[in-house]
Amino acid sequence: MTEGIQHSVTLNTEKCKGCINCMKRCPTEAIRIRNGKAHIIEERCIDCGECIRICQNHAKKAVFDGFEQLSNYRYTIALPAPSLYGQFNHLEDIDLVLTGLKRIGFDDVFEVSRSAEVISDLTRKIFQREQLTRPCISSACPAIEKLIAVRFPNLCDNLLPILAPVEIAAKKARAAAIKQTGLKPEEIGIFFVSPCPAKVTSAKHPFGHTERLIDGVLSCSDVYLRLLNVMKDITVPEQLAASGLVGISWSFAGGESAALLKDKYLAADGIENAIKVLEEIEDDKLNHLDFVELSACPGGCVGGVLNVENPFVARARIQALRKFLPVSLNHFDPRNEDYSQYCWTTPVEYLPAFRLDEDTGKALEKLNMIEKITHTLPGLDCGLCGAPSCRAYAEDIVNGRITEERCVRQRDQNSPPTTR
Amino acid sequence: MKEPKLSLHYDIDGTDFLAAGSASSDTKRILKQSGIDARVIRNVAIAMYEGEINTVIHAGGGTADVNIYDDCIEIILTDHGPGIENVEQAMQEGFSTAPENVRALGFGAGMGLPNMKKYTDEMTVESEIGTGTVVTMKVNL
Ligand SMILES: Nc1ncnc2c1ncn2[C@@H]1O[C@H](COP(=O)(O)OP(=O)(O)OP(=O)(O)O)[C@@H](O)[C@H]1O
Ligand code: SF4
Ligand SMILES: [Mg+2]
Repeated sequence: MTEGIQHSVTLNTEKCKGCINCMKRCPTEAIRIRNGKAHIIEERCIDCGECIRICQNHAKKAVFDGFEQLSNYRYTIALPAPSLYGQFNHLEDIDLVLTGLKRIGFDDVFEVSRSAEVISDLTRKIFQREQLTRPCISSACPAIEKLIAVRFPNLCDNLLPILAPVEIAAKKARAAAIKQTGLKPEEIGIFFVSPCPAKVTSAKHPFGHTERLIDGVLSCSDVYLRLLNVMKDITVPEQLAASGLVGISWSFAGGESAALLKDKYLAADGIENAIKVLEEIEDDKLNHLDFVELSACPGGCVGGVLNVENPFVARARIQALRKFLPVSLNHFDPRNEDYSQYCWTTPVEYLPAFRLDEDTGKALEKLNMIEKITHTLPGLDCGLCGAPSCRAYAEDIVNGRITEERCVRQRDQNSPPTTR
Repeated sequence: MKEPKLSLHYDIDGTDFLAAGSASSDTKRILKQSGIDARVIRNVAIAMYEGEINTVIHAGGGTADVNIYDDCIEIILTDHGPGIENVEQAMQEGFSTAPENVRALGFGAGMGLPNMKKYTDEMTVESEIGTGTVVTMKVNL
């Protein structure tokens, strides 16, 4: 895949029928229909996967790495997201999945939930020590981070400036493998098993730092099918699992917040809900909260579009798995660990994807024209012009994205009556 | 004053309480496309929101006008409601005549007008009993 890509979410032109479902659903108005096919405006796409979720024709897809990539490395490590555990029916032992990962070709595994526990512990300690901009917003979902960067510039400073669990897992897994095998860092391949396209993209274009920590990203559903084949033959799994219930609870909405052991928090899931919460934070209406956890997907990461199982079923299974687990097995040890290794090194910056012009004066002129054009349009937001709303159509005209009249209603009114 | 670079006009429906706040959120969305400083936009959105809610709760609706000039953003909220008897008193933190039913929704803390003042650089309230109220606010750019 992925060299040079900006986005994981892409279009399969052959399958696209040019219906308007994805365009209407996109939370950042990043989709237009042109010549009967959907088209993604790259700088607006946040890889949330809403269009993949809604498309009946399976024309929207996520691009990720294939298993053949494993052969580029002498030693490979799988980093499963905890949502993976929710995909299997009647799973009683996480070690079955982890042992399965070793049977399908990986030399070792490192659970992302282990690092999630470290972050939970670290965040609790930061809250005791430092004054962060309140409310502090979780930086676990890259679709939310990108949404903030393109639509909520005021809130960039509210993001928790800590690496994502998978990034910390990648660092730790590589360091351990170097020690164990004596190989060079580049001979070790770190592969994340991802629930979503957003994390595929953020592995290539990370937030908060510029280091390439993850070598490849596999889709949960791809890995799932391979695992099914081998797991049934495992009678005695290896003892590999090393995280508690706090870590695997990060896979569903509210899990990260609950682990902070604070009560002034809010957890919202689903991209539309997340947008509403961000609007409220922006308007200073949620200043009384310490922590806000937002997941782009319904139900949290169990709702990611690369999973196979329904999010509610997956969550119920993970809750059942938690029963037999200790609370938390991984901690941040301030005496022996360097705190800065977990921190962002570059701040998240505003990506002005919606700004009409770099020059504010010109942008205001354009807004003036957009207002005028919008008033002449029927206000049906029917989408037949290929834009998600009448206003978006007016914007496209002013931005030069479209040149000819496309409003079906206007055309009907303007064309002379035909006699036939 | 010079011609505004951009003007927005909204009718605020006093009968549709659930739609209250939509003019200010639309203004915020539009301003964000302009490249105007994000903090200025936030202040405009908060002050206008409070004014818009007041127009709905206390005056049965009205209009909102937003004018963007080179050096400031002006928000004018106009209504033909009952008017404010004592503006100075109304401006005080905690003063409210909001009825019980809107208090139940979390309004009526008497913080709207004080917040409007806090988030803007200039604010005037012209009000006459039986005629209505005009609130004019300015946020400097
Ligand atoms: N447009 C208006 N028309 C008539 N009276 C108004 C208007 N705006 C404000 N008032 C009066 O001023 C009082 C104080 O307004 P303010 O916005 O500060 O508080 P509130 O609206 O009562 O409560 P809160 O804004 O905290 O929800 C109101 O209770 C009302 O009596
Ligand atoms: S909620 Fe989880 S699965 Fe969904 S986009 Fe965010 S990180 Fe990915
Ligand atoms: Mg008020």
